Amino acid sequence: MSSLASPPLHPSVADPARCLRRLAALLPASRVLSGPAQLAAYESDGLTAFRTAPLAVVVPETQAEVIALVRLCHEEKLPFVARGSGTSLSGGSTPVAGGLVITLNRLNRILRVDPAQRLAVVEPGVINTAVTAAAAPHGLHYAPDPSSQSICTIGGNVAFNSGGAHCLKYGMTSNHVLGLKAVLATGEVVEFGSASREQLGPDWCGLFSGNEGLFGIALEITVQLLPRAEVFHTVLAGYRTLEQAGDAVSAIIASGLLPGAIEIMDALALEAASAAVHAEYPPGCEAVLIVELEGPREVVAAQRPQLDALIAASAPVEARPARDAAERAAIWKGRKSAFSAVGRLSPDFIVQDGVVPRRRLGEALRRIAEMSRAAGIRCANVFHAGDGNLHPLILYNGTEPGALDRAEVLAGNILKMCVEMGGSITGEHGVGLEKRDYLASMFNADELDCLHRIRAAFDPLGIANPGKMFPDGTAPALAQHGLHPLEKAGLISRE
Amino acid sequence: MNALLSPTTLAELAEAVRSAPRILAVGARTKPRLSAAAPDVTLVSTLGLSGITEYQPDEFTFTALAGTPLSEIAATLAARGQYLPFDPLLLTAGATLGGTLGAGLSGSGRFRFGGQRDFILGVRFVDGTGRLLRLGGKVVKNAAGFDLPKFFVGSLGRFGVFGELTFKVFPRPASTLTLRLPVADASAATALLNAAAGARWEIDALDLLPAADAVAVRLAGPESALPILAAEILTRFPGEILSASAADALWSDLRELRWTHAGGSLLKLALTPAQLPELVARVRALSGRIHVTAGGNAALVSLPAPAASLGLPALTLRGPGPLWLDAPAPPAIHAAVKTALDPHNRFPSLAA
Repeated sequence: MSSLASPPLHPSVADPARCLRRLAALLPASRVLSGPAQLAAYESDGLTAFRTAPLAVVVPETQAEVIALVRLCHEEKLPFVARGSGTSLSGGSTPVAGGLVITLNRLNRILRVDPAQRLAVVEPGVINTAVTAAAAPHGLHYAPDPSSQSICTIGGNVAFNSGGAHCLKYGMTSNHVLGLKAVLATGEVVEFGSASREQLGPDWCGLFSGNEGLFGIALEITVQLLPRAEVFHTVLAGYRTLEQAGDAVSAIIASGLLPGAIEIMDALALEAASAAVHAEYPPGCEAVLIVELEGPREVVAAQRPQLDALIAASAPVEARPARDAAERAAIWKGRKSAFSAVGRLSPDFIVQDGVVPRRRLGEALRRIAEMSRAAGIRCANVFHAGDGNLHPLILYNGTEPGALDRAEVLAGNILKMCVEMGGSITGEHGVGLEKRDYLASMFNADELDCLHRIRAAFDPLGIANPGKMFPDGTAPALAQHGLHPLEKAGLISRE
Repeated sequence: MNALLSPTTLAELAEAVRSAPRILAVGARTKPRLSAAAPDVTLVSTLGLSGITEYQPDEFTFTALAGTPLSEIAATLAARGQYLPFDPLLLTAGATLGGTLGAGLSGSGRFRFGGQRDFILGVRFVDGTGRLLRLGGKVVKNAAGFDLPKFFVGSLGRFGVFGELTFKVFPRPASTLTLRLPVADASAATALLNAAAGARWEIDALDLLPAADAVAVRLAGPESALPILAAEILTRFPGEILSASAADALWSDLRELRWTHAGGSLLKLALTPAQLPELVARVRALSGRIHVTAGGNAALVSLPAPAASLGLPALTLRGPGPLWLDAPAPPAIHAAVKTALDPHNRFPSLAA
């Protein structure tokens, strides 16, 4: 996409050979990767349309090594990108050409689980679901649940303020971060927040969360844990039209209920999900709604008839409450696999992430359908209906000349529509590489200048993940390939 | 006496900030220590910037000017069955939305769904160069740009002057029920707070009351469910269910800080439940009173005399003492971010 080809902010590394020598002095040879074959696996992330070769990939095992690496980068003016599992859908962990990739997968220790105070202290490479697994024996869980949660890391979740299906009620990652130890791009090591759920003074953890790797690298993260809900009432309802499903959401919101999750999938997403996980959805439906209540059994028992009545009144083709934990798990499996399942319908696709005011969801979906028809590009929709967070999946065939460019144009038009409607260009994937040209559609020149100043306060040299969030880095080459290798293996899914 | 400016539009607010070399925003001044400034500082009152500018009940969001009284917001939300779940303090006393955000004060309801940081969505503010900027968004989910709105929670007006704020709101639970559970001492209180917070009951508010001799538990939800949950709690922790009027009085007295000393000092602390026994002992040694909220994670301490060290970092809200007690030295990044937002040091230092 030509708009990504803005001039580089940084001169290329002054002396790559010296940087490599210094890296070799810092880490054993087995943990400094610089051969083309070794680098290939790190050239792209969940935004598979872009790839770039870094100078080297390093594999630190301790916090001290990460600090030493960042200080080396600072001294050498060497750009660096921190990387967890590489699941970013906005290209957040795409390497910087000639820069360093610092992988954090080996900093994967859960340092402390405190069941009494309901918190965990973890290193950045810990997998999202591993936190809940460690908390589960104490009846606790870690609430943020991006679809890639079985493989994405907490460090990446913090950097991009990841969301999931439960954000309306529980917030995003940043709402669950109590404390942070981080090495900033200047080499300064800071501690923000504490083990308390309250804070004194400005909210540094809140500012750091969602920094997209532009401030530095989190080394230790203190997260709050919540008691696991005692019971769930999960309903899957099929509707003839998307509008009817949207009306059902409006009725639920207006009722005063606060469901843990409200999700909608459209016909094309249903087709993909049913093929992938053999889920059977009500036939002839243009939309499926998933609503989940949760809480103490007495509370859910009292709210369940209210929800069931609201859904019955919304004239579904069929409404299916999950009768047990297995049925609930099957409903969620279908939902969470929908994105990678779309890979069965199309060789390539872009997962878009925009937000519109909830009351305008129906209008937004109509306009997406019109734009998609006009462009001759198929578009599946999966979205967090409770918070207006759309995930249009734009299908294209990368082997067709110009197809990716046309898909990018449609994706951009959808983002512009979100901003026009008073929403946002990203609900949970971050701006990253993919949306940096659209940041200016949300913020004016003064506001962008303010964001730049904040960035420069943390990273005066502009070496931490340059080229992300702001259109000021070197553009990586566009590639044309399909699913992430881990998606093909069925290990991760996108949201 | 400090000079006082009273803008009535956001453009006038920006102009007011540009008009003087030293500026501090003030609202209703219900936390007097936070609006105290050196004589050469010009105060900018936000009281002329009042009113809800946008309210979308079906979006769970509202936007209001910074000087809007919390009472007006609470009444508007209540008319549509909604509320700010973090129970903002000093509502009857006249506190404003902007002052509440700058002070970083959340009330008892912050236990269940979180404090202000979990409900602030967007801010229009004037930075130290006098520019009116809007960051964050007006929708409940947004990840674009750095999260300055969250950073501003508790920032004490030292990084910018708020003009207009957007918050998330929730539907108000159908009913509430409050229990009072006596505790023998502060260690027993910590044990009770931790056990109750980790239990299946989905407690709405969990506080150690100012006499430090009882824990208050508020349940919120469907009317049919709460007595059953309350009965189960009472089998584990002896105590009583309060009448609706007694419960209302208890929570509104806490919200309005009616338990504090007149003319004394008032401090805010962040703590962990494990630190509670020692803090209670120190407060008692100073003849003070303490209200511990958020399940043992936040405390307000009232002292009859000027503020004194409590062994934990503390922020003075009322009284003559220093703004901070026992606060660690800020990291270097603090000064860099201050310079980024306020290059001419128009706003006071966070330290004073």
